[in-house]
Amino acid sequence: MGHASDLEALLRPPAREMPLYPPKVITLASGEPMVVRQATREEVPILLEAIAPLLWVERDYYDIVSARLFSELLAYRRYRVRDEYVLVGLIDGVLAGIVNGREVDPKTGMSYHTVTIRRGLRVGSHLFAAKMEYHIEYLGEDEVLIVAESPIGFRRWMIEYPLEKRYDVQHELGGVPSWVLSRETYFAAKPRLVAGRRPVPDPLLRSAETIRLPGEEAVRRQVLGEKGEAPAAVPPAKRPRAKRGGGR
Amino acid sequence: MRPVGIVGAAMTKFGRSETALVDLAALASLGALRDADLGEVPVDAIVVANMGAARLNRQTALASALVDRLCLYPAAAETVENGPASGASAVKVGVQAIASGMADVVLVTGVEKMRAVSNLEATDFVASLSHPDVEYIYGVTLPSLAGLFARLYMERYGVERRHLAMIAVKNHANAMKNPFAHIHQPITIEGILTAPEAVVNNPPIASPLHLFDCCPVSDGAASLVLAAGEIAERLGRPFVRVAGIGQATDTHAVHERSDPVDLVAVRRASERAFSMAGLTPGDVDVAELHDAFTILELAESEAAGFFPPGEAGPAVERGETSLTGRLPINPSGGLKAKGHPVGATGVAQLVELVWQLRGEAGERQVRDGGIGFACNFGGFGNNVVATVLRREDR
Repeated sequence: MGHASDLEALLRPPAREMPLYPPKVITLASGEPMVVRQATREEVPILLEAIAPLLWVERDYYDIVSARLFSELLAYRRYRVRDEYVLVGLIDGVLAGIVNGREVDPKTGMSYHTVTIRRGLRVGSHLFAAKMEYHIEYLGEDEVLIVAESPIGFRRWMIEYPLEKRYDVQHELGGVPSWVLSRETYFAAKPRLVAGRRPVPDPLLRSAETIRLPGEEAVRRQVLGEKGEAPAAVPPAKRPRAKRGGGR
Repeated sequence: MRPVGIVGAAMTKFGRSETALVDLAALASLGALRDADLGEVPVDAIVVANMGAARLNRQTALASALVDRLCLYPAAAETVENGPASGASAVKVGVQAIASGMADVVLVTGVEKMRAVSNLEATDFVASLSHPDVEYIYGVTLPSLAGLFARLYMERYGVERRHLAMIAVKNHANAMKNPFAHIHQPITIEGILTAPEAVVNNPPIASPLHLFDCCPVSDGAASLVLAAGEIAERLGRPFVRVAGIGQATDTHAVHERSDPVDLVAVRRASERAFSMAGLTPGDVDVAELHDAFTILELAESEAAGFFPPGEAGPAVERGETSLTGRLPINPSGGLKAKGHPVGATGVAQLVELVWQLRGEAGERQVRDGGIGFACNFGGFGNNVVATVLRREDR
């Protein structure tokens, strides 16, 4: 055992103490309150279960974004990415979206992915804004490196904020060169893009203590069906099912 | 003129479709033909309404393609393009064919696949209906025209953002009861207007219009089977009669109108439709208006004669246009939430009215009524078709 632990210590990156993201509540266009809070490593299995049905959804690049997020969540759970964090949006305890990223150094953040499960309510925009808020206001970084892997992401981040090109820097996701959100741009965009109230009232906070899933069909319907007819995807029988593990 | 009845109605679910353009049109057409149950009665002609297939889908001559897909040779076939009013214009062409005696049965199908291109391209495509020399080249889009219109209308008549928000909330709620609607998402006044987060939830698109004041970009198809009155009666089922159709035009460039917020073409088209039907706005039980932007539902309801100028806002506030109100407007969810595949919209408005008048609209059924009205708004109000439908037992 001692040997295994020694080896694990070599495989596991050193961790930095990162302040927690204080939960907040956002009233959505539907009038529903969405609680945004940090997710723990113990909650990763249920997050994996939530995005597993999306790994084969080509529409709006859900497949690649979900697959990458899947691996990043595993890396978070198993301590294979340094200083990673995960935020979730929960509507009445039901998962509406996930965002993640990591701290590169005290001055620089690295945004990873944004996956929206409940679509049509700007949940993705709210959660992306929450992670920018975390980087700039709570981790105290000066800038966040960002890329988009879908046209929707490009519109939401690069155009809406707007971000600046930082093409001399290769983003960790390995694709196009980076764009950057500076502290100045963040605070200029904050009044129109960063929403939410703190503290979260106790009953709402309690409703968000346990992450519940909308169910595989509901996930697929919310991602595909409400936006129009659902195209044929890989039949469930051909897909591996994620097993729920660990505590919550 | 021979009377014309609508004996079949159907539509596809609006939204984003993976189905090919002509297949989409065929699905709606087959639904309408099944609904009509014509037996041995042949279809004499097909009229297809479409605005953008040549540009968006690289396909032309849609009516010929649809005849072939449905094996309806040797039916006559033609495609009608009249911007966002293509649907009602196509119905008008079908009605004229039957009324004149040139045809007994006409299939009218509207179809559009706008999601084949990006939102930017779709916005540019729709903007191409504006005046090329004094509007389009300066970057005018339909949302920007609607924003300018809304600003002046609100100033003139005391309309407030909450009135527009109420229309959006109403139409989203109606669409929740419509399985064919593009958007199945309830919204609230708090979420889009009064909560601190509303500024993020509902960002400005073309001030004073915000995200939830604008219709989505949709794919979809809708279809009607028109038949001469004597054939409709012979089929032996209740049917809906095309009681009146009116069309009117206005200047291409909005700024050339003596009053930019006076929807002259809506008023004249409506007057002509009511005159042909021998009815008045007060006779109407249910209406489908062209709410590509919330302000247009308000303005059209006044121009069509349902409310005096400036009174539609308070009427919305009193719930008069809700499903259970005095005059339900856009029970389908309207363009705002049912969706707006431009070539299909005018036909889909009439499909909804047929279902309402036949009492087949399910959860969104309005109270028992016999008269329906639709306004299909082409261009930015420069080519409008109004239609009055009447249940035949009235």
